[in-house]
Amino acid sequence: MFLMLIRRIFLGMATIGLVSVIIFSGVELLPGDACTQFLAEDQADREMLAQCREDLDLNRPALDRFSEWSGNAILGDFGVAADGITKISTIVGDRLKNSLLLAFCSLVVGVPIALFLGVISGLWRDRLPDLFASTLAIFAMTVPEFVSATLLILVFSIWLEWLPGIVLTSAGAPASEFFPEILLPVVVLSLVMCAHILRMVRSSVIEVLASDYVQMATLKGVPYWQMVFRHALPNALLPAINVVALTIAWLLGGVVVIEVVFNYPGLGRLMIDSISDRNLPVVQSIALIVASVYVCVNLAADLLTMVANPKLRTIYSRS
Amino acid sequence: MSETAFITIKNLSIGYNSRSGDVIPILRDVSLDIRRGESVGLVGESGSGKSTLALAGLGYFKRGLRVLDGSVHFNETDMLALGRDDLQRIRGGQIALIPQNSGQSLTPTLRVGKQLIEALRLHSDLNSKNFNSRVVELLEQVRLPDPMAMIRRYPHELSGGQQQRVAIAMALAGEPEALLLDEPTTGLDVTTQAHILELLRDLARDRNMAMLYVSHDLGAIARVCDRVVVLYAGEIVLHGSAVQVLGKPRHPYARGLLSSIPRLNQTSMPMSLDGRPPMPGETINGCAFSDRCVLSDEKCTTSSPPLLALESGEEVRCYHSNLIDRIPINSKKVASFRKSGEVQIAAGLQRLAISYSKPSFLTTLFKKSSQPPNTVDNINIDIKKGETLGLVGESGSGKSTILKAIAGLISPKAGKIILDGTIELSARVEDRDAMNLRKIQLIFQNPDDSLNPRHTVGQILAQPLRLYFGLKGNILRQRSADLLDRVRLGAHYLDRLPSQLSGGEKQRVAIARAFAADPEIVLCDEVTSALDVSVQAAVLNLLDELKTEQKTTYIFVSHDLAVVKAISDRVAVLYQGRLCEVGPVNSVYQAPFHPYTDALLGAVLEPDPYITPVLSADDIVELSPPAKGCPFQRRCPRKLGTICETETPPGRQIGLGHIINCHIPNNEL
Repeated sequence: MFLMLIRRIFLGMATIGLVSVIIFSGVELLPGDACTQFLAEDQADREMLAQCREDLDLNRPALDRFSEWSGNAILGDFGVAADGITKISTIVGDRLKNSLLLAFCSLVVGVPIALFLGVISGLWRDRLPDLFASTLAIFAMTVPEFVSATLLILVFSIWLEWLPGIVLTSAGAPASEFFPEILLPVVVLSLVMCAHILRMVRSSVIEVLASDYVQMATLKGVPYWQMVFRHALPNALLPAINVVALTIAWLLGGVVVIEVVFNYPGLGRLMIDSISDRNLPVVQSIALIVASVYVCVNLAADLLTMVANPKLRTIYSRS
Repeated sequence: MSETAFITIKNLSIGYNSRSGDVIPILRDVSLDIRRGESVGLVGESGSGKSTLALAGLGYFKRGLRVLDGSVHFNETDMLALGRDDLQRIRGGQIALIPQNSGQSLTPTLRVGKQLIEALRLHSDLNSKNFNSRVVELLEQVRLPDPMAMIRRYPHELSGGQQQRVAIAMALAGEPEALLLDEPTTGLDVTTQAHILELLRDLARDRNMAMLYVSHDLGAIARVCDRVVVLYAGEIVLHGSAVQVLGKPRHPYARGLLSSIPRLNQTSMPMSLDGRPPMPGETINGCAFSDRCVLSDEKCTTSSPPLLALESGEEVRCYHSNLIDRIPINSKKVASFRKSGEVQIAAGLQRLAISYSKPSFLTTLFKKSSQPPNTVDNINIDIKKGETLGLVGESGSGKSTILKAIAGLISPKAGKIILDGTIELSARVEDRDAMNLRKIQLIFQNPDDSLNPRHTVGQILAQPLRLYFGLKGNILRQRSADLLDRVRLGAHYLDRLPSQLSGGEKQRVAIARAFAADPEIVLCDEVTSALDVSVQAAVLNLLDELKTEQKTTYIFVSHDLAVVKAISDRVAVLYQGRLCEVGPVNSVYQAPFHPYTDALLGAVLEPDPYITPVLSADDIVELSPPAKGCPFQRRCPRKLGTICETETPPGRQIGLGHIINCHIPNNEL
C-alpha cells in the first residue's frame, strides 16, 4: 500500500518531468527566440539583439538553461516574461488564484447538483424526474458554452439587471472582490459540468441497480432506501470520482471560451493572450502548471477511488 | 405426507410483453406444493423458466416480467397480493434465497460481517450487542474457518466456496422456514460443491426447512432432493420422487436428459438429445417436446398432452409414457480409441514450467526480489498421434495455462514444447511459422466470447481458410459449407451472425473454425462447460466423430471427471500446476489412486440418489503452490509427514504407462 503510494508519486513526478522536457524543447525548436519576438525583427539591429540575449541569458547551451529553468520552476520561480522585466510568477500566480476561485465555486455548486440529479434520474429511470433531468442535461451538453453564456448575460444582466454581465475586477484583486461578478460564469460552467457528470452517474446507477447484489439485497428483505444508500450508491458513485477529477483539471486550464466571454482574468485567457503576443516564457510556464494540475488531480482521484473501493485496495496492496 | 403444503404455487403463468405487444409466456400453468422438511428439485435446461419460478416464490419478478395467471402462497399468505413492507418482512425472514453466483450477489463495498449483521438487524429479535457473536456462530455453522477474521473481509477476498458459504450463512440469519436455492453450486469445484451440498442437506434436516432447489445438474439434485420436478419450455413435464425421476424417468425428455449425462461407471459416450427447446414466444403445436421425441406421432403434434397422474405416483405430460422403455438409455458407442500400434508422438512437453509473476522494473527497484513458486512446474508428457489426452483438476490446477503455453499465448519460463517429435516450438506465437501455427488449433470454453459478434459464420470460417490455404471466391465458400456440414450445421448458416445461434450451434462453429485449419492437434479448453448437458453430449459425440475422420490429436481440458472419462484415452491429473497422476483412462479411474485423484473422484456427484459422495479432502482453496515437496501436501488426507513437505514425490510406475507421483508406496495406494 505504502509502496504503491510512493510508486504513484514517483511516476507522477516523472510524467511532469517528461512534460517539462517536451515543452522546453518545443519552445527551443520554434524559429527565433524571445528576443527576436520582443524586438520586432526588421527594426532590431544586431547590437540590441545581442544585448537582449545577454540580458535574458539566452546564449548559454539549452541543457544548462533547461536545468536552471526547471530547477527554479520547482521552487515556484518561473523567470521573467518576454519583456525581460515582469516576473512570470506574479502574473501567473494571480491568474492561477482566479482560476482556482472559479473552479472551486463551480465545483461547489455543480458537483452536488450533478450527483443528486444523476442518482434521481437513475432511480426513476424512464419516468418523469429522469426525462426532465436527462433532457436538460442533453440540452446543456449540446448548446455551446458561449451561446448559453450569452443567453444568461442577456437575461440576467441586460433584461433583469440582477447580475453584472462581465468581470471588470483586475487580475490582482483579492478573491472577495470577484463577487458577484463571478456568479454568471459559475452558473454556465456548472451547467456544462453537471450535464456530463449527471449522464455518467445515471448510467452507473442503472447498471448497479440491475446487479445481482442489489437483487440479493432486495430479496434479503432490505428496505428500498436502505438498499439504495448502503448497497447501490457506494458502488454506483465510484466511477464519479474520476470524472470529477478530470472536470477539475478542465476547469483550471480549459475554460478559455467562458473566460473570454465574461472577460474573466483566468489562466486560460492568459495562455491565449501570451500565445498571440508570442510571450513564450509565459506559455511555457502555464503549460507546465496545467500539466502538473492534471497529474496531481488524477493521482488524488486514484487514491480516493482506492480508499473507497476495497477491491482495488487489495489489488494494489498485493502488487 | 398428510401435512398441508407450506409453499403452494398454483396454475402460475409468468410472461412479458414483446416489442410488438404480444404476451410471451415463460412459465405456463405451473403448480407445485412443498411441505415443511421437504426438498424439491427443479430441473431444466437454460431458458426453461426454472429461476423465474424460484424467484416467484419470493414474490419477485425480474424487470419486465409479470404474472399472467395463478397464485403463489407461502404459509397461507398470498405472496402476490402483499405490499412492499410485508414482502420485506417475509423475504430473508421466513423465506431466504441462496443465489447462483455469490461472488456477484454480495455487495462488493461492504464487509462480510456488516452484510450478515444487516440481515440480523432486519430479521431477528436479538439485541444489537449480540449481533457479533451470532454472526460468528452462523459462520461456524456453515463451516467457515476462522470466523473472526472472516467478518472483517470483503467479499472479493474470499474464494468461490467461501462466498457461497457466506451467502448460506446470510440466508440462515433470519432463521427461515423455507429456502430457495438457485443453482447454489454451479461454478464451484467438484470437491467444494460436494461439501456445500452436504452442508445444505444437514441444515435442511436439522431445521426442518422446506427447500426448492433449482439446478440443471441432476447429480446435485440427486444428492439433496426428495422430489423432482422437470420443466421443459416453461411447463412441468414430469414430477415424481427423486428415485422415480432419476431411476426410471417416465417422460422422453427426462430420459433423454439423463442419458446425455456422462457417468463415471460408464465407458460409452453419452447419448445426445437432438434439436433444441422452443424459444419463448415460438408457436408450439401439440406437445412442446414432440419435434425432438422419438415416440412422437400425429397425436403429439396436434394436441398438447395434459399432466396426468400415473399409478406409480408420478405426474407426466406425455401420451406415450407407457412406451418409454423403447427409448434406449445407454449408448453402445464407445469413444474411438487410437490404434494401439501407433506410437508416433504428436507433441511432447518437456520439463515445462510457467510463471505468471513477472517482476516489474519498479518492484525490483523497491523490493528485494523473492521469486514465488512457478504456477506450473515440471510437466513431462508425450501426447501420441491420434490420442485424446484429458487434463483434469480443480480451478487453479494450471490445466488451461498449459494449453495456453502450447498454443503460444503464454511464454513458458522453462522447458520445451516439441511438435511431431522433432520441431521445437518457439515460445511466443509471433515467432512461430504459419505451418506450425496451422497444426495447433484452440477451441475455447465460451463461444460467446471466442466468436466475433460482428462477423458472420462465413467470415469466421473464411479467416483460417484464407490464411493457411489462400482460398478465395467460390472454392472458399464451398469449403466453408463443407466444414459446416461436418459439424452438422447446414450451408444456410454461412450468413448468420453468432447472436442468431444457440449455445450449442456457436460451439459447433468454433469447432468448425478449428478444423478449417486442418490441424494435427486440437486444444479443447472446457469446451462443454458452458453448455447444457444435452448439448454437451452432442458436442462430445461430434468431437469424437471428427477425430475418427481426421485422425486428430486432442488435448481435452475439463473439470468434469465424467466428461473426461467419456472422451479420453489417457488422463493427466493436475494439482496446483504439478502432475499427480498420468495414465490410461481406465487405470486412472480405478484403484490404486493418487490421494488427490481419490478425493476428486469421491466428490463427483452422479445423478443417482443411491450414490453417496466420499469426501476425503477438505475444500480449502490454495492460492499458490507450496515452494517444495508435494503440491497436495496441505490438503492430503494421507500425508505421511515431513517427507511430503520437503521432497518432490517420485513418479512411481504403477502399470503400463500409469505413473503416480506420491511418497506412499505402491502397494498402499
